[in-house]
Amino acid sequence: MLLNLDNYLNVHSTSVNLRAQRATILANNLANSDTPHFKSRDISFKESLVSATNRVNQHSASTQASSHPAHIPIAGPHSTDLLYRVPTQVSLDGNTVQTDVEKSIFTENSIRYESSLKFLNGKISGLIKALRGE
Amino acid sequence: MSLFNIFNTTANAMNAQNIRLNLVASNIANASTIAGSKEDAYKALNPVFTQALQAARGNTTQYMGVSITDIVPSNAENNAIYQPENPMADEAGYIYQSNVNPIDEMANMISASRSYQTSVEVLNTSKDLMMRTLRLGE
Repeated sequence: MLLNLDNYLNVHSTSVNLRAQRATILANNLANSDTPHFKSRDISFKESLVSATNRVNQHSASTQASSHPAHIPIAGPHSTDLLYRVPTQVSLDGNTVQTDVEKSIFTENSIRYESSLKFLNGKISGLIKALRGE
Repeated sequence: MSLFNIFNTTANAMNAQNIRLNLVASNIANASTIAGSKEDAYKALNPVFTQALQAARGNTTQYMGVSITDIVPSNAENNAIYQPENPMADEAGYIYQSNVNPIDEMANMISASRSYQTSVEVLNTSKDLMMRTLRLGE
């Protein structure tokens, strides 16, 4: 059987990872909703997914070598560009977190995380069914 | 697993809001205190929120929530009242009230409790997602 498990789950496992990363960023935004001069951050999911899948494909071909443990990696396996959110209304203390906006994006992100999990679940149970051959 | 970081972030946020709520309680409790001099009069205490940095390495910067770096007394003017019969009064017959503004404190309290609530919701959602991830393939 010529089945690469990485390729089989590829886009969904990457998407689950990215969703988790995005949830962390959004949680940090919500935690700092009262911090003066805090700027709300986010990632572009579409671009992150494209670059992450490209990187996974390249990663199997050539891994970047470092000769010293203190070397700073050029890009981690899932490092993505952090962008700034443009607020619809500015506040006096320079904080750009809009709690309601962040919360709705966080909820949306959670649902999409769950849907990726559903897809993964379907793939895994399909695989198990095929392995059993019952 | 990066979802674990959310636990740190929200715990930090809840802790910070808790301290803020404590300061509000202290300010409201001392709102009607008086003193014999401007220096001794109660000054409202306010927390200073800053973003907590966990690690910065290369182009990956990790933040984990919020921390309270300082607690500063308000520099609002303490009200002086002419009350020569008061035992606390100074030579000129003045007593000094605390500079707590109860309306500010109430607004602060509501904001703190709402932020705390948001943190709890984020924590719960993340926990659910993690549990569902653990049950993957069942």
